[in-house]
Amino acid sequence: MNRLSWFNVTSLTLGFAFLYLPMLILIVYSFNDSKLVTVWAGFSTKWYGELLQNEAFLDAAWVTLKVAVMSSTLATILGTMAAYVLVRGGRFMGRTLFSGMIYAPLVMPEVITGLSLLLLFIGIGLDRGVLTIVLAHTTFSMCFVSVVVSSRLLTFDRSLEEAALDLGCSAFEAFRLVTLPIIAPAVISGWLLAFTLSLDDLVIASFTAGPSATTLPIKIFSAVRLGVSPEINALSTIMIAIVAVGVITASLVTKRNLVRQQQEERAAAQAG
Amino acid sequence: MTEAVFAPWDDPTEKPLIRFKSVTKRFGDFTAIDDLTLDIFEQEFFALLGPSGCGKTTLMRMLAGFESPTSGVIELAGEDIAPIPPNKRAVNMMFQSYALFPHLSVYENIAFGLRRAKMPKADLETRVAEMLKLTRLEKFARRKPHQISGGQRQRVALARSLAKAPKLLLLDEPLGALDAKLRQATQFELMDIQEKTGTTFVIVTHDQEEAMTVASRVAVMDEGRVMQVATPEHIYEAPSSLYVADFIGDVNIIDGQANAKGDGTFEISWHEGQAPLHATSKRAFTDGQSCHLALRPEKVSIHSEKPDQIDNAVPGKILDIAYLGNLSTYHVEIPGGKVMKAQVANTRRVSRRSFTWEDDVWLSWTNTAGVLLDQ
Repeated sequence: MNRLSWFNVTSLTLGFAFLYLPMLILIVYSFNDSKLVTVWAGFSTKWYGELLQNEAFLDAAWVTLKVAVMSSTLATILGTMAAYVLVRGGRFMGRTLFSGMIYAPLVMPEVITGLSLLLLFIGIGLDRGVLTIVLAHTTFSMCFVSVVVSSRLLTFDRSLEEAALDLGCSAFEAFRLVTLPIIAPAVISGWLLAFTLSLDDLVIASFTAGPSATTLPIKIFSAVRLGVSPEINALSTIMIAIVAVGVITASLVTKRNLVRQQQEERAAAQAG
Repeated sequence: MTEAVFAPWDDPTEKPLIRFKSVTKRFGDFTAIDDLTLDIFEQEFFALLGPSGCGKTTLMRMLAGFESPTSGVIELAGEDIAPIPPNKRAVNMMFQSYALFPHLSVYENIAFGLRRAKMPKADLETRVAEMLKLTRLEKFARRKPHQISGGQRQRVALARSLAKAPKLLLLDEPLGALDAKLRQATQFELMDIQEKTGTTFVIVTHDQEEAMTVASRVAVMDEGRVMQVATPEHIYEAPSSLYVADFIGDVNIIDGQANAKGDGTFEISWHEGQAPLHATSKRAFTDGQSCHLALRPEKVSIHSEKPDQIDNAVPGKILDIAYLGNLSTYHVEIPGGKVMKAQVANTRRVSRRSFTWEDDVWLSWTNTAGVLLDQ
């Protein structure tokens, strides 16, 4: 094992500091006893306790979670279907147009997406609330799911589907019994991506949210405009913790499976 | 000799299992199959042999139902199969990549087709056990495809495609991924299983040795057409064209003009100042018609002196000797600059061989050794 040179150490430190220092400060101050955010007055968890008493925040958190689950599920279903058609459908009328258009929301400024959705909802007379946020989030996160799933489908051995057909599956059964279980990891990561996108979206949500439903990012943003309270630090710390636990677990599970699969393949090759 | 020889193709009353009637398949401007007519009989082990791009895989995919012919009819047991989707055909396929379902165990892979056919549980278990036994995979039933070796995967693929007892089994380059030793062993295994189950096998391969080993009949294909359909012996000994002669094994071709000598013997003038060659032929040639004499290297003998009492003798000089262990191939330049190959079994040790480079030698063969071809 080579020792790291001073250059490597410096760049590593700078890089991590750049990425994580702001979050670290936030986490530290969430345990601050003082009401003033920037003055340290000893360790305390009281802001976490107060957070649990704050109905408005809890409501917003609940709405955010509901919206994220619903919109990411919808986006996953639609995005997977779109990816399947684009990769497997062969040539059909308007394929190029369709495949170009499905990726448009990736590069579209969120303000424009939000504004156009707002105009649409007003136009068709849909009251703004949870439903409109779910629809809006589905619209913009669907393309992310379809990018993830279609890149998996491109490397998918087509003869597996043909084998399923050959053994008596209908096209739908072949998809359900063979294709879907095999591409499941991509579909799940598509879902997670859509879930995260929905969780932290501020711009589109603020266009499409109504007085009856506010998401957590909107709530935080408007609270911060009145001054940063230590309560918000506590809330943010909880969110960071949830995300970190999720990401670390996912990568550990993936890595363990990969290692096990490689070991088994090696064992099979030696035995064979 | 009253033993029945398996040769349904010679029996005019026998009904073929598969019948291609003037089948053409085009992909855009490219014609993959060109007006092809072919019969395959029950219990045959039929090989489609040809270089890549000759249409053999397209032919197989049409049988499986993944492609449909542009024109013409394909019949399976007397029934036009064009309107039947792949999942309703009594045809199963073993894929080149094996296409094993990675998320299912060996057992579940084999049971997959049976489950789709809603086979009762007890029957299904018996059938899968039977297939595992046939392919010697009992020990590996609970493993996943990535936990077994290449040869075992190949056997799982075979068991899976045989489980539903199809009328016809299609094998797409089934041994392509195996190494040479394992491939040979597996060829005999395949023949054994084909005989035991009595299933009609159609195998696609570009490996002529494999086709010759396993098949009851071989169809040599080129550019979407069938060049010749015959038993391996017939294809080798009596190719119908230069293409077939050249594709199967090694061959020497001598070009010349034929003149009939009666009794089916022809005199072939092939080079100025050289005595004409003689060859028997069932094919008729008009006098002076250009012809090609195809001679297998092992039918050509090599001598240091001009042999007497032999039908054909040609002088030459040894250019190269390829020592293959059991055989040696001599490359001999004959008048006109053509290089002929003569193959000799090495029954003696190398040090006692009688010929070496630059030696002047004589090549000889009988009138019946070669095949006279017009194209």
